[in-house]
Amino acid sequence: MDVLYFAWVREGVGKGQERVDPPSDVVTVADLIDWLGHDVLREKTKLRAAIDQQFVPLDTPLGKAREVAIFPPVTGG
Amino acid sequence: MIRVTVSEAAIDMAAAITALDGLGGGAVATFTGLVRGDDGVGELLLEHYPGATEAALEKLATEAVVRWRLAGAIVIHRIGAMKPGEPIVFVAACATHRSAALEACGFLIDRLKTDAPFWKRETRGGEATWVGERASDHDAAAKWR
Repeated sequence: MDVLYFAWVREGVGKGQERVDPPSDVVTVADLIDWLGHDVLREKTKLRAAIDQQFVPLDTPLGKAREVAIFPPVTGG
Repeated sequence: MIRVTVSEAAIDMAAAITALDGLGGGAVATFTGLVRGDDGVGELLLEHYPGATEAALEKLATEAVVRWRLAGAIVIHRIGAMKPGEPIVFVAACATHRSAALEACGFLIDRLKTDAPFWKRETRGGEATWVGERASDHDAAAKWR
């Protein structure tokens, strides 16, 4: 799957996107965040996520996700 | 009519209003958000999630059209670098009567702030900081649910 990063998460990871193939015990978005292992992802309360471009809570199962985005709370408008 | 634009270009409000004026409604309401120069902000940079942003805005505009029986809704959001005072976001609604048009504009801007994937980065005196979320924005969005 493709993992996308935005704003300070992107800056902390050092790239906007990476392709990963997590093992089967990575079930939820939170599991994926732990498995990715980037320092900037350590404080999950500061993170939000989307699966295939839909906002989801971090405890959502990845299912057959093709694209997972991890980012800070949104601040548009 | 629903029109959603996410672009680095300056917002053409006159063209948007003209498009809504021609739909046969009795009221066109608009809201424009300007970049604030809080505490010496020199530049604002807007990042977004291409594809997901447009989809989120189209979903909001569609919800507004159904809920207030609008003849049309327009949402325009700039991305990229901006200076204080420049328009950053514009929403407009055309309805039969003013109350629906005004309420729809309030809904669109309040929900855009929590439902669309944009991120603001402010630069003050050469130092850049990402803007944090505000609880008041969530309260404002929640009142439309």
